Amino acid sequence: MTEKLLINALENEAIYIFREVAAQFEKPVLLFSGGKDSITLVRLAQKAFYPAKIPFPLMHIDTGHNFPETIEFRDKLVAELGLELIVRNVQDSIDQGKVKEESGRYSSRNVLQTTTLLDAIEEFKFDACIGGARRDEEKARAKERIFSVRDDFGQWDEKNQRPELFDMLNGQIQLGQNVRVFPISNWTELDVWTYIENEDLEIPSIYFAHKRDIFMRDGLIWSASEHVFKDDEEEVEERMVRFRTVGDMSCTAAVDSYAATIREVVAEIRDSSISERGARIDDKRSEAAMEKRKQQGYF
Amino acid sequence: MEVLKIATAGSVDDGKSTLIGRLLYDTKSLTDDKLEAIEHSSKKKGYDYLDFSLATDGLVAEREQGITIDVAHIYFSTKTRSYIIADTPGHVEYTRNMVTGASTSQVAIILIDARRGVIEQTYRHFFINNLLRIKSVIVAVNKMDLVNFSEERYNEIKADFEKLVEKSDYEDQNITYIPVSALKGDNVVDKSDAMPWFGGQTLLEYLEKLDTVNIYNRGKMRFPVQYVIRPKTEEFHDFRGYAGKVYGGDINVGDEVVVLPSETRTKVKEIYFNDKKYQSAARRSSISITLENNVNVSRGDMIVKAKELPRIEKAFTATVSWMDGRPLLPGSKYTLQHGVNKVIAKVSAINHKIHPDFSGVENDVSSLNMNDIASVSFQLNKPIFFDAFKEHRTNGSFILIDQQTNNTAGVGFIE
Repeated sequence: MTEKLLINALENEAIYIFREVAAQFEKPVLLFSGGKDSITLVRLAQKAFYPAKIPFPLMHIDTGHNFPETIEFRDKLVAELGLELIVRNVQDSIDQGKVKEESGRYSSRNVLQTTTLLDAIEEFKFDACIGGARRDEEKARAKERIFSVRDDFGQWDEKNQRPELFDMLNGQIQLGQNVRVFPISNWTELDVWTYIENEDLEIPSIYFAHKRDIFMRDGLIWSASEHVFKDDEEEVEERMVRFRTVGDMSCTAAVDSYAATIREVVAEIRDSSISERGARIDDKRSEAAMEKRKQQGYF
Repeated sequence: MEVLKIATAGSVDDGKSTLIGRLLYDTKSLTDDKLEAIEHSSKKKGYDYLDFSLATDGLVAEREQGITIDVAHIYFSTKTRSYIIADTPGHVEYTRNMVTGASTSQVAIILIDARRGVIEQTYRHFFINNLLRIKSVIVAVNKMDLVNFSEERYNEIKADFEKLVEKSDYEDQNITYIPVSALKGDNVVDKSDAMPWFGGQTLLEYLEKLDTVNIYNRGKMRFPVQYVIRPKTEEFHDFRGYAGKVYGGDINVGDEVVVLPSETRTKVKEIYFNDKKYQSAARRSSISITLENNVNVSRGDMIVKAKELPRIEKAFTATVSWMDGRPLLPGSKYTLQHGVNKVIAKVSAINHKIHPDFSGVENDVSSLNMNDIASVSFQLNKPIFFDAFKEHRTNGSFILIDQQTNNTAGVGFIE
């Protein structure tokens, strides 16, 4: 037996939030993208409920444009931990005529996944959806609550949010409403990476430097892939890159990097001068882009 | 990494966002793309300086009005620790947000415009920090550049604030005064060349050295049970773990404890964090414990040390800060959430309204509206296990939930 427990304030806060979710809701679900934030969430959930299993399923809204490395990783993790995984596909929403595929230079399925997500919430009657959003990512997210109530249409009313006092989380909702829960709200990108390093967590290979066919546009590095629109004059070259987030291929740019291990990645982030979302094309569309998408139910 | 949570309060135009922006800028926490966005925006508005307030003002509506209207969280870190700033607005109508921001903060910064000095708003800001029992308060006298960095002006303001402090009943509070210019960067992160007469620490120096362990007056150990862990696997067939967060003091294996409300006495058998067992855990740890005896424990129960019983009562009086558009009325019922425990509370009386500027109370009050602060008496359908707020910051507070809308309608501090 070890002596006294030394705590990590952010980890303990997240564990507390996970336990509140399990206690206050009937059908929670953890939204899992295969990215570093959701991998961190899974680890925290394991710790919150040990020696019991995580008492809710994971759900992945698959745009069909994910990096194959991410999907491979997702399936491996779920199998190893014996977790339940639900997958819902944006392609199905397109086939059903619920959403229309974007076209052109900046086309992406990122916005379309909101419809698929809201349909899945309704299908399974989820009352709490746990996500890995962090307040440091973007200005609109800085105002997000830890328990954030969404109406029947999945909408976020940022003007009318419940105050959160001390540790007390109010998860009382009406039928049809659901709550988005953000256990790592107060973590920064560096906190997440440091945690992954300390916990020795496995992450998808695209987070590490690798050779990839890319092309340049608007000063950003794009993956050359069938899922990414490319002009004929945009030239493809091979370069050492890695990704800082694992969104869709169509909206996630790479950064030049030789960081091949977690330690090197952490060192690189510490010195980095581009914020994480600087490499997310979907936010560059307009300054208020994220806030608008959130009001419509985006995670 | 250690985390320090800071609440900020200032009136409109006191330069709060600029101060935060300056902290981020001088600690190199603003990334190139954010800096670029600030430069771009500042130029568009025709400023000849960098408008740091753009680093923090979040929502579209706020950017249009140019004022912050809700609690926003801002992050930065130094080699020493990580900081989280709850940026709360300072105008009269937003007491609710200030109370919210202060409830999760360990230290508060009150901003004063050096030209205007201590004003009515300052009284309110200090009052709320007092109500929330924030032990360390920094009074930042800002815009010193606009009063020629005058030592005399600074001393005047300091003396005025000290008069305000005399009205407070919170004797353990530490108050620190710092003259700053957020716009020019004096005494925020770097020492000011323009104010050689000031021998104290800069704002960041002060924050870096603040003792985060003893930042609150400690209360007694309280362990509210959040969740019961029953794996029902072969290996852990009879395992019953009580998951929760430790408040106040330490919990140790072998401690004689009492489970409330059943008042069953038993001992702590094991303390788990994840898959490891520990001898002892400190406050703020999210752990799970097992008990020697097979007692019936469920969510909302509280485990305390046998010699440190809290008050176990069905009626009490509390200072309430009202936060809802629907007024609080005598006789009305609410769900009262005390930590993770929920009961039904009936308002038995509104005793008096408290002016949030130390100017006394108002009797004969028939209802409470948003942003009102008042002494209210409650009756509960069953007893809760609490301490006075002044003795225990977490076990002496609760929220009131509107039973129709489910909104968090108010917060109470038990007297």
